Amino acid sequence: MSKLIIDSISKHYRNHTALNDVSFNVNSQRIFGLLGPNGAGKTTMIRIINQITAADKGSVSIDGELLNNKHIENIGYLPEERGLYKKMKVGEQAIYLAQLKGLSRAEAIKRLKYWFDKFELSGWWDKKVEELSKGMAQKVQFITTVLHEPELLILDEPFSGFDPINTNLIKKEILELRDKGTTVILSTHNMNSVEEICDDIVLINNAKIVLEGEVSKLKDQFKPNQYELAFRGNMIGFTNAMWTDYELVETFKHNDITRANIKLLNNKTLNDLLRIALDHIEVIEAKEVIPSMNDIFISVVEQKSEITELISK
Amino acid sequence: MNKILLIIKREYLTRVKKKSFLIMTLLGPILIAGFLSLAIYLGMSDSSIQNVVVVDQAKLVTKSFKNSDHVKFFYTNEFLSDSAFGESPYNLMLIVNEYIVENNKAHLYYKKYPSVNVQSYISNQLDNSLEQIKLNMHDIDNDIYAEIRTAVTLGIFDYKDQEQESRKVELAGVGFFFAIVIYMFILLYAVQVMRGVMEEKTNRIIEVLVSSVRPFQLMMGKIFGIAMVGLTQFLLWIVLTASLMAVFQSIIFTDPLAGEIIAQQQISPELQKSLISPEQSQAAEILDLIDRINFPLMIGMFLFYFLGGFLLYSALFAAVGAAVDSEADTQQFVIPLTIPLVFGFIIGEFAVINPEGSSSMWFSIFPFTSPVVMMIRLANGFTPDTVWQLYLSIVLLILGFIFTTWIAAKIYKIGILMHGKKVGYKELWKWLRYGS
Repeated sequence: MSKLIIDSISKHYRNHTALNDVSFNVNSQRIFGLLGPNGAGKTTMIRIINQITAADKGSVSIDGELLNNKHIENIGYLPEERGLYKKMKVGEQAIYLAQLKGLSRAEAIKRLKYWFDKFELSGWWDKKVEELSKGMAQKVQFITTVLHEPELLILDEPFSGFDPINTNLIKKEILELRDKGTTVILSTHNMNSVEEICDDIVLINNAKIVLEGEVSKLKDQFKPNQYELAFRGNMIGFTNAMWTDYELVETFKHNDITRANIKLLNNKTLNDLLRIALDHIEVIEAKEVIPSMNDIFISVVEQKSEITELISK
Repeated sequence: MNKILLIIKREYLTRVKKKSFLIMTLLGPILIAGFLSLAIYLGMSDSSIQNVVVVDQAKLVTKSFKNSDHVKFFYTNEFLSDSAFGESPYNLMLIVNEYIVENNKAHLYYKKYPSVNVQSYISNQLDNSLEQIKLNMHDIDNDIYAEIRTAVTLGIFDYKDQEQESRKVELAGVGFFFAIVIYMFILLYAVQVMRGVMEEKTNRIIEVLVSSVRPFQLMMGKIFGIAMVGLTQFLLWIVLTASLMAVFQSIIFTDPLAGEIIAQQQISPELQKSLISPEQSQAAEILDLIDRINFPLMIGMFLFYFLGGFLLYSALFAAVGAAVDSEADTQQFVIPLTIPLVFGFIIGEFAVINPEGSSSMWFSIFPFTSPVVMMIRLANGFTPDTVWQLYLSIVLLILGFIFTTWIAAKIYKIGILMHGKKVGYKELWKWLRYGS
């Protein structure tokens, strides 16, 4: 079921178009990657969902209901550029932000105690924010984002500024939150984390959606039909035998083992390839080349910009 | 609404709990009362005893001067050279020559410049002596002279209200005190609003905040929270300053010379007896002034004009804070905002001299200057003929701050999320139009 429906959203600024007729759905209890190069319109989209900016056209619905003031308390938002009041005490500030999201003071304190214990911040309750390290401040920000147990969590570059240990901690929390029922929108440039935790993605470029779908299906869809073969033996005989049914994309040689990236043409299968190979070389390993999200991102964005360049010429 | 209260509470408590607030609240009155008392004390009195040698070669005034606790006279008929005076134990040398009766001029030489009190005491002694000499010269009886000597007191009355004398200038002076307080507080606290907005913007906490509350709520919460800080500090200052002044007065102003001077400045001793003492009449005058001011109205209106003026200006200051990225960029916007306020203050000074002038009337109605100028007029009160000016001023101030808040909200909404762009007036104008 769709938690969030974005329907034909457009947003124009004086000199440029941030979003041009963008539509997508975010399914409940999924981690949804909102991807795109810098300036693609991601932040504008996030601000529209958070009711910070209004769209020129289109609508946003949460649980089938048009976006309204009531939804503020159901959304948790961690912006990319984030900060806290430096001179305020950590605990007081966390309580204040929780109260702004509709929690009572007592409830906020109760929940904060739990989270502060969990993130090993308890000793910092009465310290001023300016005394915290960057990582600790980030943890506090994460806590204040999730404290009111929002049904929809919007995280903009949540891992920036974290060391690998804390990045893992936050990833674990995000997955846990999803499993407990939270829908998460994750905007990031970090494609590794997309691969690790996102269920679905939408890729925005130049104010439009250029790619969308389930991460596993997209990876399948973008498979280049290539196999990596590791072998010992004479390469020349083997390449001659491949003839026009296969394309040798690249090879690396390390000690006496060669690794070759081979693209299958003319409906050939891995079995066909192996049959030829076995006559000429000693095969050690064969595996399909699976594209990373990084590869997909780059290829889609570059392909699109090439097309745009062509059109503009 | 609940969220605005939360914001007000935070803005108020974080500021009131700051050490700097406590220090300023305690130190402010001590500094004000201390400096004020010190200035008055230093200006009026000189605790050391002044020995004055009177060089009276013509033997005109010999021995006719009265010594006081602080001024002692010694007489010589011989010429005293500069070096002899320099080495002598005398502090001052008064030269009285034979022409003094004609030209009314004497010279006082000093080693250390004497206080105004000492100067006027000596000059008073000379006046009295010379008067006596001249009376004797013309063979005029002292009693007759006392009767002839005249000092007219001009009583000023409104022909429609002849019951009591008008004291508009004095009353305007009292109003001016309130005007200074309003001027100072608006400037001080509007700048705090601007800083607060800039803090949230540069901190980048703003984006989290505006995902929870509307920018308008945030702005109004900040403005009202800081207004309450201002009122708190003002009330504490009043209480503290009043009690400190009372303490200072009881310690310092027991200087006997000050009383003597006042007693002798106005009229000769002979005349004095027939009147009540000037101190008494001064005290009566102050009581009369206090009695004439409608304090409930004055304080009620003070609160209204303080809040109104503060809302009007601080909304604009909030907009400036939202538009800029750093303190350095605020100058170009802040100066034009403070000009009307400073202008109101200058008009206020004229309004004290001429409380019913047309400039004080118009500028007490114009919202950008009324918070300062109206205070001066309020001290004098309004008649049924002129009270419409007060009502108009109140209505315009309310409309004024609604207008500035409306403008500010538009700039604020866009500005707080705009980073890394140097904003000028042209840009602000675009934001205003974009918002509408």
